[in-house]
Amino acid sequence: MLKYLMNRLLWMVPLLVGISLISFLIMHLAPGDITSTEASFNPKTSEESRQKLRELYHLDKPVIVQYGLWLKRMSTLDFGRSFASHQSPVFWQETDKDGNITKGMIQEALPVTLLINVLSLSLIIAMALPLGVISALTQNKLPDRSITIFVFIGFAIPSFWLALMLMYWTGVSHNWLPISGLHSLGAEKMPWLAQWIDGLKHLTLPILISGLTGLAGISLFVRNGMLDVLHQDYITTARAKGLSENTVVYKHALRNALLPLITIFGLSIPGLIGGSVIAESIFAIPGMGKLFYDAVLMRDFPVIMGILTIGSALTLIGNLLADLAYAWADPRVRKGVVQ
Amino acid sequence: MQEKPQITRVFTCLVAALMALLLMSCSQQRNEGTANFNQTYPSEAGGTLVDAMSGEPSGLIAMIAGESSASTIASNIFNSLLKYDKNLELTGELAQSWDVSADQKTITFHLKPNLKWADGKPLTSEDVLFTWQLVTDDKTRTPYGADYKLVKKAEAPDPETFKVTYAQPYAPALDSWSGLHILPKHLLAGQDINNTPFARNPVGSHYYQLDQWKKGESISLKRNVNATQGQAKIDHLVSRIIPDRAAQFLELMADNIDSMSLNSIQYARIFPSRPDLTSKIAQYKELGNSYTYLGFNLKRKPFDDVRVRQAINYAIDKQEIIDGVLLGLGLPVASPYKPGTRWSNPELHPYPYDPKKAIALLKEAGFEDHDHDGILDKDGQPLSFEILTNQNKEREMSAVLVQRRLKEIGIDVKIRVVEWATFISRFIKTGDFNVVLLGWGLGLEPDQFNIWHSSQQAPGQFNFIGYNNPTVDKLLEDGRMELNPDKRMKIYHEFAKILLEDSPVVYLFAGYGLPAIHKRVKGIDDPAPPAGIGHNSYGWYIPAPLRRNEISAE
Repeated sequence: MLKYLMNRLLWMVPLLVGISLISFLIMHLAPGDITSTEASFNPKTSEESRQKLRELYHLDKPVIVQYGLWLKRMSTLDFGRSFASHQSPVFWQETDKDGNITKGMIQEALPVTLLINVLSLSLIIAMALPLGVISALTQNKLPDRSITIFVFIGFAIPSFWLALMLMYWTGVSHNWLPISGLHSLGAEKMPWLAQWIDGLKHLTLPILISGLTGLAGISLFVRNGMLDVLHQDYITTARAKGLSENTVVYKHALRNALLPLITIFGLSIPGLIGGSVIAESIFAIPGMGKLFYDAVLMRDFPVIMGILTIGSALTLIGNLLADLAYAWADPRVRKGVVQ
Repeated sequence: MQEKPQITRVFTCLVAALMALLLMSCSQQRNEGTANFNQTYPSEAGGTLVDAMSGEPSGLIAMIAGESSASTIASNIFNSLLKYDKNLELTGELAQSWDVSADQKTITFHLKPNLKWADGKPLTSEDVLFTWQLVTDDKTRTPYGADYKLVKKAEAPDPETFKVTYAQPYAPALDSWSGLHILPKHLLAGQDINNTPFARNPVGSHYYQLDQWKKGESISLKRNVNATQGQAKIDHLVSRIIPDRAAQFLELMADNIDSMSLNSIQYARIFPSRPDLTSKIAQYKELGNSYTYLGFNLKRKPFDDVRVRQAINYAIDKQEIIDGVLLGLGLPVASPYKPGTRWSNPELHPYPYDPKKAIALLKEAGFEDHDHDGILDKDGQPLSFEILTNQNKEREMSAVLVQRRLKEIGIDVKIRVVEWATFISRFIKTGDFNVVLLGWGLGLEPDQFNIWHSSQQAPGQFNFIGYNNPTVDKLLEDGRMELNPDKRMKIYHEFAKILLEDSPVVYLFAGYGLPAIHKRVKGIDDPAPPAGIGHNSYGWYIPAPLRRNEISAE
């Protein structure tokens, strides 16, 4: 088992280097660099000063040399500093000689994205499990059909439109929820409980919207998994033994039907750090999606590469965790792995 | 018969409860404040103004940060030597007055007495000298150094005098000193300006100082009690960062922000149909700082022929574009200067919409529909080109209207929209384009050497359309050397006249900026002077009965 784990972990290194090389090349395929942003198209700026900037950031060197420089830095886990954002460290905070702390850009954007994604994933699971089970148990009857239609509407509806409608309804027509942002103005002066409630209120709509769009996938997965299992012989046996329907459904069927979900959750780990640009822009949430999108528009290469690297590392780790969890949950797989 | 598992029942109950909850809360209605916003109140200090901005500054040192959001916030914190007044004339800010030497090469600024930084330390000409040294330092990562590097010698002979000497007379110098925020030497000396924590925690000398910066959420400013330019009325300015315009508008409707800039649909369609909005929010209109144009690649045929350019100018109905794209909220322009300011030549008028004249000019240039396919041609080549623009709704829609009008006179136009960085590197820098639809600033400083002088055509420079007219070159050179405003005005009036005749670009429109501000904010000039409503923002006030806290307390 340990040998298997070591093997997998060692393989990750060349994989990561390969992924980062490809990302780096693709990033440089897009024309333009930090000096061709809209703000730099100002007659008060001069080409000489732009050339000076390109030299400072090594953008005048061949792409492969730039990649080498980046890799050299990365080998010491130095994610570098942003071009566009006043030289902020890309990943984690740095302290200068006077003790001033500059927070990392990913460090600042990650917590809120992570919180929203974890909460909305929990919401999805909490909703998708019962919905999927009900669907499977009432296959092709009214509840199944209406649930399927509901989750597909949630999946198909443009989320920016739904977001704006809900913001108007809950924020402008009625004063139930705040419209955008993370905190109310002056929230820091409230008692801690009020601060928490204030934060939750701000997160309600973003979580609801992202939960609704993600519902379809998981609930249909549960439904189909359940259907598969319910037609197995051992379910018939369980019923023939005279077990109660609840025991059959939850103890025998559901547990087996949930196995494939492990893979899905493993794959959704990298998704946890990626935010949606649209939702984050509309709700004015300073998260990872907006950070990445702005970095692409500004051609802020260190930030783009930083996020891509962390994302790909998490994807590989997620895969590994899914495989391990699968082995843990399913004895058949476990035996196969050990052999 | 299968027994129904309990989950179905539990779930149905849950859904029902949720629905009931929603229905119940529907009956709850928002309580509107009853204060009368139209009443007049005496001016008084205090209160908080909340506005929205789309982007977050990366730092508050404008010369390094570069984004417009940075200069918007920073201009409340820092002073420059000079500023533009409400009629866009230069006047002193930190400087009380300035003298130009007889040879026009030396400018001496006399600072106001007893200037102070927000931390109470005196602000002297040493700070100005220090800022000049910073902006011209090769290690400083700023694209704006060029103007200041022309200074041959800068000196601070005494704490209230700052003297710069140029190698030759340089008229745009005065404008350049209105754009440089003076930074405190006592806090920045010895620091690396490129990543100093000062950028996030600045100390300036203007009406406001930074109170709190919540990353990604808001920037709050508070009144600077040590301000030497006078005291602002409003105590706190909060700028919330809301990237999406629609979300900003919802926040404005819900009275969570006091001010935002509207787009033309919000201004001309939504507001008039919503009395609940117009009763509490005032709309303003101020001429923006840029114009949109159609620019020809003059190095390519057939755009090297002035008749073709004029014909296209005649064939485009500018008013139609203003009405269609801006819903009437724009002005046609005939020169690259703001109408109503001294640099704009009042005798010039835009090309009228005259398709007959366009066809006649094209015929003169040799373009006729010889093969009767509906498209003009010359020597077997159809008159057909591509308009290139970047992802900007106004520009895309303008391009479509231009396309239609040109089709009517027999010119085949295709439209291509590309992302900005690609646009610049792939097309503008390489000169690989026929026609572009872009915007330029309506300069407060009349010098447009970088845009129109024939020497500015290298890749990365701004005369990318390849305009080359020796008379214009001469005028632009003269205009740079002349510091007397009246003589300068004549030079630039002449320049604009030739530019209009030559038609290297078709001026399409200059759009209005459309700020909407809650009526609780008083003291705003309406109609807006040429400098816009913000010129006296330090004098705006919010009467105590109308302040947000008092109202929402109910």
